[in-house]
Amino acid sequence: MSAYSRDEMMTVAAARLLQDGQVCFVGIGLPSAACNLARLTHAPDLVLIYESGTIGTRPDVLPLSIGDGNLAETAGCVIPLPEVFSYLLQAGRIDVGFLGAAQIDKFGNLNSTVIGDYANPSTRLPGSGGACEIAAHAKTTFVMAKASPRSFVERLDFCTSAGFLGGNGERGNTAARGQGPMLVITDFGVLKPLPNQELAVAELFDGVDFAQAEKMVGWSLQRHACIEVIEPPTADELNILRALLHRTQAAHQTRVFPV
Amino acid sequence: MARFLTLPEAIAEFVHDGSSVALEGFTHLIPFAAGHEIIRQGRKNLHLIRMTPDLIYDQMIGMGCADRLTFSWGGNPGVGSLHRLRDAVENQWPKALALNEHTHAGMAAAYTAGAARLPFGMLRGYIGTDLTHVNPSIKSVRCPFTDEHLTAIPALNPDVTILHAQKADAKGNVLIEGITGAGREAALAADKLLVTVEEIVGDFPPLMNAVLLPHWLVSAVVHCPGGAYPSYAQGYYPRDNTFYLQWDGIARDRERFLAWMQNHVLQTADQREFLQLLHVEAMA
Repeated sequence: MSAYSRDEMMTVAAARLLQDGQVCFVGIGLPSAACNLARLTHAPDLVLIYESGTIGTRPDVLPLSIGDGNLAETAGCVIPLPEVFSYLLQAGRIDVGFLGAAQIDKFGNLNSTVIGDYANPSTRLPGSGGACEIAAHAKTTFVMAKASPRSFVERLDFCTSAGFLGGNGERGNTAARGQGPMLVITDFGVLKPLPNQELAVAELFDGVDFAQAEKMVGWSLQRHACIEVIEPPTADELNILRALLHRTQAAHQTRVFPV
Repeated sequence: MARFLTLPEAIAEFVHDGSSVALEGFTHLIPFAAGHEIIRQGRKNLHLIRMTPDLIYDQMIGMGCADRLTFSWGGNPGVGSLHRLRDAVENQWPKALALNEHTHAGMAAAYTAGAARLPFGMLRGYIGTDLTHVNPSIKSVRCPFTDEHLTAIPALNPDVTILHAQKADAKGNVLIEGITGAGREAALAADKLLVTVEEIVGDFPPLMNAVLLPHWLVSAVVHCPGGAYPSYAQGYYPRDNTFYLQWDGIARDRERFLAWMQNHVLQTADQREFLQLLHVEAMA
């Protein structure tokens, strides 16, 4: 067993959580790596949907953008973007929505819009894109985010996408169809909601203890009664992930000019 | 039948100071050449509309073309920030930029309503988000049949939509293959529709579902090979991901950005010269 990075552990842990045959709405970055790793290992029939309208895509290298040409070329079909959000997402046809964010709070609400005040932000972030409605309507949401007291915060600067809102069932009184952020995969382990819907440590990576996790989070972190240890990546998982990232890096450096 | 114009003629005729303009194309087929020509012609006070502003609106905002931006995701895909957009929002440089911010689902609904000339788009959206507190145009309607509250967004009807496509035929029928995004909805929502194309051919083979827009909906067609670069045209050239990565460094600094725009856009006559310059630089 070779050494591995926290990024690799996060990606492998997230990939293992996906089941073969699920329909998965994929974001760029770590979620895209995790979904494709799952497809290349235990879940060959995972249906990957990127918001560009590429349905059932099987890219050989990870896309840099949400709409790279290889997503279309390897897709089962390509549909107009409005149909992705209306006929698929709002209609409740997505099993897992995979999101990242700049900030997350203890109820899994997400900020990807601004740091500071909206009208006069210290940092303007990209905004919702598909995230707000993915968080609402995917049957379940997985969040991938690296933990620090600045990103795992007591209070969001701006709520872009709803998690469990204020907890204790508040989300259930809205028009959201999905059950919300049932899993947060971070670089110390996995959080899952308690009965009051507060996210608490359910699994830790091998070699990480609860005290270390507490220091990485900006709220008073709770724990489930029984914390499981996540098995380290297998040699197979690491080899397949590294080969994927290697192919990706080579492909993104190839330049072809038109005309 | 659509008219066939040069790009300078088409921009001069269809894009005026103060116009609302949608250059659509979702990652694929972004009409960069048209955006560059708008910058060369010095258009001001535009209301720019695009789901993902991308590098082309970063350039137009940084060059002071825009007063207002309607959008739903403003980043450099897979890379990070759009630094010129950020500088305009955070520091009002080169001028203040009013934001009309939505989600992808909301903006798709607004284009779809605009295409049908309905007054608003409707969706089950914006649930629990603070966007509803900062954008007063996001409202709610009650379903007359079920009493459910649904989100309503004003229809988007740009003065002009500009698309890039793979092919037009001699009449101006427009063919697109690959990712179409919300291009068709944005096209049909607009008062005028300008399409730049890689290629003009006599007749299409009978791929009847790939004709995105029939000629009688198209105001003008411009032959503009390479017009989507550094985004891409499926079947012609791939996305230049290296350029998207390099843009982060170019756009981060105001002076470097201005010098780059001067050398690559203002001092080149058209997309052909722009591409030749970039090619020479990449080979150096």
